[in-house]
Amino acid sequence: MTTAEPLAVHRDAPHDSAARHVAGSAPYIDDLPELAGTLHLALGLAERAHARVLDLDLSAVRAVPGVVLVLTGADLSGLDISPVHAHDEPILADGLVEFHGHPLFVVAAETRDAARRAARLARVTYEDLPAATDIASARAGAKLVTTPMTLTRGDAAAAIADAAHVIEGRVTVGGQEHFYLESQIALAIPGEGDEIRVHSSTQHPSEVQHMVAHALDVPLHCVTIEMRRMGGGFGGKETSGNIFACFAAIVARRCRRPAKFRPDRDDDMIVTGKRHDFEVDYRVGFGDDGVIMGIDGTFAARCGYSADLSGPITDRALFHADNAYYYPAARLASLPLKTNTVSNVAFRGFGGPQGVVLAERVMDEIAYRLGLDPLEVRKRNLYGSDTRNVTPYHQTVEDNIAPRIIAELEASSDYAARKEKIREFNAKSPVIKRGIALTPVKFGISFTATWYNQAGALVHVYTDGSVMLNHGGTEMGQGLHVKIAQVVASEFGLDVGAVRITATDTAKVPNTSATAASSGSDLNGMAAQSAARQIRQRLAAFAAERWQVAEDAVRFAAGQVEIGGESIPFAELCRLAYGARVQLSASGFYKTPKIHWDRASGKGRPFYYYAYGAACSEVAIDTLTGEYRVLRVDILHDVGTSLNPAIDIGQIEGGFVQGMGWLTTEELWWDGKGRLRTHAPSTYKIPACGDRPMVFNVALLDDNANAEETIFRSKAVGEPPFMLGFSVFHAISDAIASLADYRMCPHLDAPATPERVLATIDAVRARAK
Amino acid sequence: MTARDCLRFMLGTEEKCLSGVEPTTTVLDYLRLEERRTGTKEGCAEGDCGACSVAVARPLSDGTLTWQAVNACIQPLGTLDGAQLVTVEDLAAPDGALHPVQQAMVDAHGSQCGFCTPGFVMSLFAMAKQGVADMTDDQTIDEALAGNLCRCTGYAPIIRAAKAIGETPFTDQFDAALAKTHAALSAMADGADIALTGPSGRRFFAPASADALAALLLEHPKATIIAGATDVGLWITKHLKQPDPLIWLGRARDLATIVETERDITIGAGVTYAEALDRLSWIWPDMGAVIRRIGSAQIRNAGTIGGNVANGSPIGDMPPMLIALGAKIRLRKGDARRELMLEDFFIAYGKQNRTAGEFVEAIIVPRPVPEQIFKAYKVSKRFDQDISAIMGAFSLHIQDGRVLSTRVAYGGMAATPKRARTAEALLTGQLLEPKSIRNAMTGVSIDFQPLTDMRASSDYRMTVARNMLLRLAQEIADDTVATRLWDKRGINLDDR
Repeated sequence: MTTAEPLAVHRDAPHDSAARHVAGSAPYIDDLPELAGTLHLALGLAERAHARVLDLDLSAVRAVPGVVLVLTGADLSGLDISPVHAHDEPILADGLVEFHGHPLFVVAAETRDAARRAARLARVTYEDLPAATDIASARAGAKLVTTPMTLTRGDAAAAIADAAHVIEGRVTVGGQEHFYLESQIALAIPGEGDEIRVHSSTQHPSEVQHMVAHALDVPLHCVTIEMRRMGGGFGGKETSGNIFACFAAIVARRCRRPAKFRPDRDDDMIVTGKRHDFEVDYRVGFGDDGVIMGIDGTFAARCGYSADLSGPITDRALFHADNAYYYPAARLASLPLKTNTVSNVAFRGFGGPQGVVLAERVMDEIAYRLGLDPLEVRKRNLYGSDTRNVTPYHQTVEDNIAPRIIAELEASSDYAARKEKIREFNAKSPVIKRGIALTPVKFGISFTATWYNQAGALVHVYTDGSVMLNHGGTEMGQGLHVKIAQVVASEFGLDVGAVRITATDTAKVPNTSATAASSGSDLNGMAAQSAARQIRQRLAAFAAERWQVAEDAVRFAAGQVEIGGESIPFAELCRLAYGARVQLSASGFYKTPKIHWDRASGKGRPFYYYAYGAACSEVAIDTLTGEYRVLRVDILHDVGTSLNPAIDIGQIEGGFVQGMGWLTTEELWWDGKGRLRTHAPSTYKIPACGDRPMVFNVALLDDNANAEETIFRSKAVGEPPFMLGFSVFHAISDAIASLADYRMCPHLDAPATPERVLATIDAVRARAK
Repeated sequence: MTARDCLRFMLGTEEKCLSGVEPTTTVLDYLRLEERRTGTKEGCAEGDCGACSVAVARPLSDGTLTWQAVNACIQPLGTLDGAQLVTVEDLAAPDGALHPVQQAMVDAHGSQCGFCTPGFVMSLFAMAKQGVADMTDDQTIDEALAGNLCRCTGYAPIIRAAKAIGETPFTDQFDAALAKTHAALSAMADGADIALTGPSGRRFFAPASADALAALLLEHPKATIIAGATDVGLWITKHLKQPDPLIWLGRARDLATIVETERDITIGAGVTYAEALDRLSWIWPDMGAVIRRIGSAQIRNAGTIGGNVANGSPIGDMPPMLIALGAKIRLRKGDARRELMLEDFFIAYGKQNRTAGEFVEAIIVPRPVPEQIFKAYKVSKRFDQDISAIMGAFSLHIQDGRVLSTRVAYGGMAATPKRARTAEALLTGQLLEPKSIRNAMTGVSIDFQPLTDMRASSDYRMTVARNMLLRLAQEIADDTVATRLWDKRGINLDDR
């Protein structure tokens, strides 16, 4: 029993919803026909960063025509929605406000307009408390939201002390708003008895199910979460959707009416967490050759007022503090600080990018100190293959292809020649300066919480040969569904069009993991393959018996099944198998092998494998304003053997631009009262069309099967390309360095807004005097 | 003539006549809640993300239509009178086949999460239907799509789709129906004033002439006037304001004219950025370069220069440029008109020299004279579609290297758009040499004490405002030196 080429995988199948996307006929939750009597919800938000609520007068709120229900923290006392059971996230602030924008009450009304108007009419009396809204002020109080972690390998202090050169410094990196285009939304429809169905725009339906069941105090089997598609997620719908789903469910239950909660963009951006901003302190010792001897890094993060996922996020910052580089001795510590700001959450890379900040800054520091090309320093410090291959968390890097990728990209991007040309240009150009940088990425693939590395899938084959597929992953635009459909189609020798993908539904596949950590196709692909193989096995056994051939003489290809010398349509075999009472439905399950992690000792193999890539970016900066423009970007990225090259390239292009945005124009800005003032696209600037590189060459590393047995030997692609954006940040830094003839490392912080770039230019000029 | 009490427009191919429209109903809410056309999305409700983009066609006298993308989320429904509204649902052919623009997006893998996609499709569709811009040119595409944010794709595949559309001319059902559509829309152009009353009792007026507007404002001196509603739209969607009455001047086509004489150029208050762009950028290239970055194509199609001025914002981009050029503003109340220098219109933050019942009728800009140099520099966090942190505009008369006179104006540096009078005085009569530039930079420091906010710190604003004088001097002294990132002078595009 085999399937034969051509398979449905390894091809550029379009996104399964592409034709509906462009026609406006792919429904998102707010597009679903509204049931009669649907209520609409809005939140009332606190206007203090840290305060006791002395009085909450909601009479004006309740008086608005159309208001049906108003709930406060007191009404829901004890209901906590911390996703890590830290009991630090009451669903509504109950007497204690912990950030500016902390939800105080929720309004349900006949129309969304009435709910929004009513939510603004509360009269609240506060007693202000001292607020720590940024890392600096939080350091003083040193309150943590979760237990910090330290990774230790060797004696970093001794290694640094023995090194010929030592550099100390600090680099800060900002947070990031997800800016999924579809804001958070949930729609709850009460069913019979205690049953409830919730449509939730979430990356983690099972967690929403848990939260809603907890909020309603019913068993999990009463709650069904349905999720067809998100209008973007990026980590921002891993835990942040819980509050909206819970309130929709609570209101639906109390009022016995459907309830929809779609916050407006401003409320969404104020109430939901973002990428953590970090201050990273480093001390590195290295030799005359630029090779690192030892490194010490402390990663202080603004976590916000509660733990949420800050523990694993700050852990992952440490896991990626090496990026692609070998540290003979390392001490890396996290400092997950509690602040009076919104609780920060998962975001593509999950702390990893903030770890990479350290590695890449240190490479630049070493290069400028020694007068070497930064790329040369990067290459000298890469992990080895057989030696110099153990990470700070004691995992051996077994699949290192970073040297190959860098070598190929260095050649294809013509790095050296362009670097020369740029230097010539800069010598003659007083106002505009150009810069170039080539940076790698190595990203560990697996949830560091080992138990999340499991998945389930459900495959039905109908008697007409059509296939229905359901799995635990969620579609947020990344093309997960089409990839899994390609996998299933390949198992049956069918065209991808024969497989219908249905909404993720906790009633079909239970106990799922978040679609996160880039793991969607790795986990669900294997689970779906398992389900499909079970059915195929039964079909093959049936055919072998009926046609009296060996099972390995049954081949599934091109919509046909070859049985011995005969060939019949797949549908025909399904019909016959049904008639012979063969089960044509199966559930599949997968758990990632080989991984283990002991956080207490900081040792283990948290990652099944690594995904690699590299980018070379060239920029121009305006030394009078700090503005910049990305002129050209070349990317070479590792996706193993691609399940779908077009989808993978889309992830790389999009991830790169998002990473670039994080490091450049995307600035979260709080005023002196701890109030976020960048809570809409008018003030928070994600890259626009014109910010994309003027020349943008993206290639997949070829002849590159995953060393591990992943689904069709592919690799995860969601997060790793995000960190390719560092090449832009370091190219800007290179352009700034030209102002002091490349003799000193520009200490550029992120986001490198024009203002920060200009400040760094001025600082470099002042130091050069 | 009595005013018409219903709104007439086409939704796709269907002619609509709506009475009892609530004045603050946006096109987006109308589409999604009343028509159940849910293909058009709400991403931000402030005209910044473009997920709500729709195409609007209006008839021209030559039998053709103009096509424009606009943001449905902040556009009051009343402003569609006499237009054809085309949404993403209208694009597929009657047999269900995707429109060439849609198909190009599919072929290029141009959608990922798909939420921004209908907006991109409509922007590309409007661009293609308008047929003026070169859809194979990167900069042109960037300008057309600056108002459509995508968080998934990094834009690359969407650009590939745009170029594919540009390379393959098509005809569609809208071409086939052109004569019929044009006739239907022309029949709606009845020249009547419109007066609508919503269920709440709030009113919406659309006078058909400047005279009618003047009369209406005498009757309703506290009315809120909108042209493109690109700012007032946000009062409605974000601040939940319910202005009453709302007066839209878009039907007063006599306000939408640009009149040129030998001495000056008079820009009517109803002239949109899009309408003015070609002419103004021909005369003042730097003004064109700035206008191309104001808002987005959707905003420039709706927003007016008059509105940008009348609004009185300290961070509007037009006022500094117009002030530097010595523009005047013409105000009208009833039949009485007065003119004042534009800088005198801006009294304080949120306060303009405009009395109740008065409206901005036109902006009058003197034509350039020989040896006049005009430069404008817009600096923002993001290049496209971002409100300026600092906007500087410089007009100089130079003879034999000496500055005979100059007007320098900044936005984002004070509570109003404001002239840098000390800097001007320190430049006047001087040669443009390092010493006089340094003096003028000191003058800027005397003239302004800018604020810190989310767009920029006070220090940055001041440094950049001063540095603009360095750029000015450099560009005047030697225009072969690269000083700008975004024009072909700045970066040698062939040398990458």
